[in-house]
Amino acid sequence: MDLAYSPEYEQYRMEVRQFLDTNKDQSPPLYGRGNGDGKARDWQKLLIENGYAARTIPKEYGGFGGEPDILKSHIIAEEFASAAVRPGHSGDNRLVPTVLELGTEEQRQWLVPPTVRGDMIWCQGYSEPGSGSDLASLSTRAVIDGDDFVINGQKIWTSGAQHADMIFCLVRTEPDAPKHQGISYLVFSMDTPGIEVRPLVTMTGEATFNEVFFTDVRVPKHQIIGNRGEGWFVANNTLKHEREGLGDPNQAENRFREIVDLMQRETIDSNRLIDNPTYRDRLLSLQGRMLAMKFNGMRVLTSQIKKEEPGLPRWIIKLQGCELNHQMAAMAIDSMGELGILYDDGPYLRDQGRWQQRYMMDLGLIIGGGTAQIQKNMIGERALGLPKEPKFEKPLN
Amino acid sequence: MDFGLTEEQLMLQESIGGYLRSACPLDSVREATEVGSTHVPKIAAGLAELGAVGILIPEELGGVGMGFLEAALISEALGSVIAPVSFVASSVMAPVALLGAGSQEQRETWLPRIASGEVIIGVGISEHISRRETDGIFADDDTLTGKAMFVLDGMDADTLLVADNEAQLYLVQASDVTRNKLKTIDRTRSVAEIILDQTSAEILPGSVNNRKHLKDMVNAGRVMLAADTLGAAGTMLEQAIEYAKERRQFNRVIGSFQAVKHMCSEMAADLEPCRSLVWYAAHAIRAIPDEATLMACHAKAHLAETGRFVARKATEVHGGMGFTDLLGLHYWFKRIGFDRQLLGAPEVVREEAAVAQGWI
Repeated sequence: MDLAYSPEYEQYRMEVRQFLDTNKDQSPPLYGRGNGDGKARDWQKLLIENGYAARTIPKEYGGFGGEPDILKSHIIAEEFASAAVRPGHSGDNRLVPTVLELGTEEQRQWLVPPTVRGDMIWCQGYSEPGSGSDLASLSTRAVIDGDDFVINGQKIWTSGAQHADMIFCLVRTEPDAPKHQGISYLVFSMDTPGIEVRPLVTMTGEATFNEVFFTDVRVPKHQIIGNRGEGWFVANNTLKHEREGLGDPNQAENRFREIVDLMQRETIDSNRLIDNPTYRDRLLSLQGRMLAMKFNGMRVLTSQIKKEEPGLPRWIIKLQGCELNHQMAAMAIDSMGELGILYDDGPYLRDQGRWQQRYMMDLGLIIGGGTAQIQKNMIGERALGLPKEPKFEKPLN
Repeated sequence: MDFGLTEEQLMLQESIGGYLRSACPLDSVREATEVGSTHVPKIAAGLAELGAVGILIPEELGGVGMGFLEAALISEALGSVIAPVSFVASSVMAPVALLGAGSQEQRETWLPRIASGEVIIGVGISEHISRRETDGIFADDDTLTGKAMFVLDGMDADTLLVADNEAQLYLVQASDVTRNKLKTIDRTRSVAEIILDQTSAEILPGSVNNRKHLKDMVNAGRVMLAADTLGAAGTMLEQAIEYAKERRQFNRVIGSFQAVKHMCSEMAADLEPCRSLVWYAAHAIRAIPDEATLMACHAKAHLAETGRFVARKATEVHGGMGFTDLLGLHYWFKRIGFDRQLLGAPEVVREEAAVAQGWI
């Protein structure tokens, strides 16, 4: 157990801090959406030049070209979080690593540089109305016709499809093969004829998701990542990168500080909420859980530095982290009481209504990216060695 | 940055764990506790030989001079086999008090004898955490008068460490006090009530007008109880998983039913981060003293909550068998229940965490 950083890393932390001090005025708002506007693109460019975004993506593909260094990435994330500054992105943390790892050289040149710059915005076409947790049963079809795949079918829960330039999409190309072996991974423009995007309004009142319909959408055959029928394998690579992003302990600690701040400000009958023992005890219970997750994160980080498989401590992060965030939002809402039911705008709204948004968004995150129940299946089967549920397959058609 | 155990610590964990698994199977725990023994000399002697008893005591005083993280690993190992031996009071809390507040002579007198297993020191300070009944001890010259309830390792101790109403620490001889055994749910450990009536006592000079040493002792004790719960809950979870893999109903092992599988996953998901919290809290005692109290409180309270959850769910996974004496699962269930209340129930301890960070 040695929690100190070596002088090299302390020096690096100072550099990041100094950079943020000097430049944070140029950053887009922390809670803004999208990486596509001008300010966000300039910020991204500055971050890449300094090695704070797209750090390990090779220079020839528009990245900074640094050696993988988990500790540096961790320091960057920590410093941006504690300065409350919008971090950079690596283009799309699901697509870019997948293309770099499994794409052809031509595909890398085509897709990675504009994505990393923020000029090419992506959406993910995985889930379908009939294929949610059982994703591999998906039925959107792609058949070969000359030099093209012709796609027909429907996707759902497609975040950001209304703003996206491109989609990476799972389609069934081998209908007769076993379900995991009949899928291919295609990338294509959202401007392709035959694509219709219908926004799906969620409980927050915003349309963060969409339904995407494909009618005879023609995609050139070379726009496939990996081989035909290997899309499931390619997609799992993507999901691995997505899952690691959810339930980030840095974020939980920052949120916790915000709740403490809220409870030190808000009063009932002129008494601060933090002075109310019932509320305070609940806050302290959350702090205990938050700290356990924070230190669990440090343990996982240590395993990754040593290039060891973290195992159980990593498997639980999505399940526990998302639940904790939701519980924290619930605590904040309850602290506000009636103020917590205010929404959209108005004179009494606290923290711009952020907690109300989070309380709902976090429930979405408990479901999205692999539901809590799917997480529990994975923990049970992969980490604890419990047997799978017997399967009763309905035939694909 | 290295948040994990060193090679040395892993070896210690392996040697203590290996020894306890062979020396302390459930059958011997049953055998010992049925005749009321909460300190099995044979197990204790083996632990002393491995250095576990004198883990915190410096080498020049007969111990092995290791830190609180090592002590927590031992406590976890003891909890995982529900070992009926004194540890938290005698090997951790008393040495913390003696090293911090004892005179040179007191340290040289007591610490080597603790390390060798020759002496057991019980600790009675529960009234400083949550005073019940007419609990409390008052000093008058070199004597103490009053009552201490819930003296940890109290029936097995030769010597007792108590605190007066000003948190000054004293050693008294067990033979000089009236001592009553308090029967508890947990048969693997002893708790006594002691009554002092102008009993001669030896003050630890460093504790005169200084509450720090009592606090240090409580912090260390809480981390050890948290670690004990971590070990006990870990075993309950393992047993539940094993049972779920073997027990068949409806022509399937029950672990293939999501209802059962998810209980196991929830236990694992709640318990695994606790390990990191206990490590951090133990490490902080010496390395990050500013955080020691806060982290000890959180480790104690959070492990109490998670321990209760695991104890309950693991029992449920076993169905009716879990409720019987036959499987003996209740030994772990009760140990976790004991750890939860000793040195402060979660609500009490969390309130201290609020104070420790200046919220109130």
